[in-house]
Amino acid sequence: MTLSGFAIKNALRNRRRSLLTVASVSFSLLLLTLMITIWHAFYIDQGAPETVRRLITRHRVSLTFFLPSYYAEKIRAIPGVTAVVPMTWFGGRYKDDRPENFFAQFATDPDEYLKVASDKEVPADQAEAWRRDQAGAMVDIELAKKYGWKIGDRVTLQGTIFPINPELTIRAIYVMDPPNRSFYFHDKYLEEAAPFMKGRAGFFFTHVASAGDVARVSKAVDDLFHNSPQPTKTESEKAFQLGFIAMMGNVKAFILSICGAVVFAILLVSANTMAMSIRERTREVAMLKTLGFTRRSVFSLFVGEAVVLSVLAGLLGILAATGLVGLLAHSPGGIGVVTHMTVTLSTMLLALIIAAAVGFVSASLPAYHASRLNIVEGLRYIG
Amino acid sequence: MAIPISYNIRNLKLRKGLTLMTALGIALTVTTAVFILALLAGLNRAFVSTGDPLNVLVLRKGSQAELSGGFDASLFPTLKTLAGVAKDSHGEPMASAEWVVAIVLPRRDGTGEVNVIVRGMMKDGLELRPGVKLVAGRWFTPGQREVVVSESIHKRFAHANVGDTMQFGKGPWTVVGIFDAGGSAYESEVWGDVNQMASDFDRQGGFSSAYLRATDPATADALKHRVTDDQRLRLEGMLETEYYAKQTRSGMPIKFVGFLVAIIMAIGSSFAAMNTMYAAVAYRGREIATLRVIGFSRPAILTSFVLESLLLSLLGAVIGIVLMLPFNGMTTGTSNQVTFSEVVFSLRMTPGVVIAAIIFGMIMGLFGGMAPAWHAARQNILNALRG
Repeated sequence: MTLSGFAIKNALRNRRRSLLTVASVSFSLLLLTLMITIWHAFYIDQGAPETVRRLITRHRVSLTFFLPSYYAEKIRAIPGVTAVVPMTWFGGRYKDDRPENFFAQFATDPDEYLKVASDKEVPADQAEAWRRDQAGAMVDIELAKKYGWKIGDRVTLQGTIFPINPELTIRAIYVMDPPNRSFYFHDKYLEEAAPFMKGRAGFFFTHVASAGDVARVSKAVDDLFHNSPQPTKTESEKAFQLGFIAMMGNVKAFILSICGAVVFAILLVSANTMAMSIRERTREVAMLKTLGFTRRSVFSLFVGEAVVLSVLAGLLGILAATGLVGLLAHSPGGIGVVTHMTVTLSTMLLALIIAAAVGFVSASLPAYHASRLNIVEGLRYIG
Repeated sequence: MAIPISYNIRNLKLRKGLTLMTALGIALTVTTAVFILALLAGLNRAFVSTGDPLNVLVLRKGSQAELSGGFDASLFPTLKTLAGVAKDSHGEPMASAEWVVAIVLPRRDGTGEVNVIVRGMMKDGLELRPGVKLVAGRWFTPGQREVVVSESIHKRFAHANVGDTMQFGKGPWTVVGIFDAGGSAYESEVWGDVNQMASDFDRQGGFSSAYLRATDPATADALKHRVTDDQRLRLEGMLETEYYAKQTRSGMPIKFVGFLVAIIMAIGSSFAAMNTMYAAVAYRGREIATLRVIGFSRPAILTSFVLESLLLSLLGAVIGIVLMLPFNGMTTGTSNQVTFSEVVFSLRMTPGVVIAAIIFGMIMGLFGGMAPAWHAARQNILNALRG
């Protein structure tokens, strides 16, 4: 029998204890995988190739201030810019105040918008119908499903920021992966209903020719309006979203401290199990040494057992995490960053490596003691 | 007859290493739970303690926050003269029309920029908020480009010391004082003169909100309806306390993530506790059989082992709470979902939080201890004595 075969046999000897250890460690690794996934989605993942090439320009002071519409033409003149579209966050409510009935609504210019948002698939005839109807709206297919909307249905929004209640007709339904559950209507409609919005927009969405242009164009835009009464702040779509995450608090520290607690917890559980099982087998260890097993092979026997258990737990935890992330991403309440999350291969590998490392470290001390055991004392040991 | 608890304590002491490691595992989970509960308690306090029950907040109809919307300045004199408004120290109606805006400020530690609320108020604004105390410098002078900042803004953001200048609107503003808002939502604001602010942001002729002080709680309620029902005004009145209580939902993301994390960790810890208790039962097979022979009943054995598991988790919970103590009072911020700006609050380990954490730990102990205790009680006496 090989050494690894022996380690696996030993791991399965006290089934209940192994099972409980694996269960305990796998829950911790599930959490660890979740945290790494969130970290990845927030800080490493650059988003779809489309979002990389999109910039958001807003008022330097705050999102709550409007910018003059003519900025769009000035931005368009910057080399590398392929399309610019004004957007205004409407922030109205639909039906009632409940958070589950909240969805994002924007007033925009349909012609330009459809050019910038090339990741949205809209049937050509529907896009045309939306362009032509100034009281028309374009909605996400998931949102349409949620409320049972069909082309031609009338929807009334109640303004909270603007003192108007737009009555709109659904003209187009788009498909996007992942869905963003948003609602778009004509900025002309907003301007006519709320005249103070004439010549104003909330922010600009800019599409650049290549990802390499992002930094240069952002700077060019902000320099252009630097000394004007309405200075701007331009950043990539991803950085813009990160701004909202940063506002939720010190997310990085939060994730890191949870990861730290989890790793330490696994270490404790695993070390506990190994200490128990090695103690039980004191006499057996002495016997192995009598038969000629070296210190080294006794050490690797126990460490191997711990690694087998923790890797098994790691696999289970990763499997559960993948399921949970999928569930979260497809839940009806899922918005923004959550829908973009997937457990990547590198995340899985990292979690497995951490699992194996923890197994190794946790077993090292008891295994070392076992390998140094005095044979005579070990044989006398009665537990 | 029950087995004395000292038996369990001695047993836990006997295997110190095992006991301590399991308790530490539970402690880590409890620490996480305490952290989240303390965050929520602090956030709750920030919103619940804001607002005076006598203050009526007036917003444009349909608008849900001071930041969104606004109304014409010409409506304010009508509001001021409504019946039920109390008199200030000068004998005038106690009311303040205010202008609220979110601006971006750089964090002191250089970790980025955050939206902060700037509030322009009339001179009665200070009198309307008796809970707010000046701790350094002086209040702003009406008509001057001066602001006072809250203590936590002073601590967390750059350029927020007395004598510093802040850049927003059309130019520099001098920080002349620091106020303590007692952990309320005002803890995250910068205050100045309403007219100065409105002209800086080109919003003359309008206000975001108005505050009216009612003479007594019953009048406050009547005043609120009087504002809402007046067809000329097209405004909505609400108690200031109601307005802030609604904003506690800003804690929802923390709550969701926090509970998810705590529950997953708790399940993991329960399994670990179960493992330890099974080992304890296995080691003591003969001992348990002896207890049975002496005459202790099965329920007594069951209770004894569950108790031991509870003791173990109690130890864990206490360690967990002690580990979190140094963080009590630490301030942090999250985004307010109503105003899209930062709300600053501190971790508060209230008695409620501590009790909840202990119960949480004990539940883990109960789950972990049940099956092994059952196993111990069901053991066959003869086999166990022989083993």
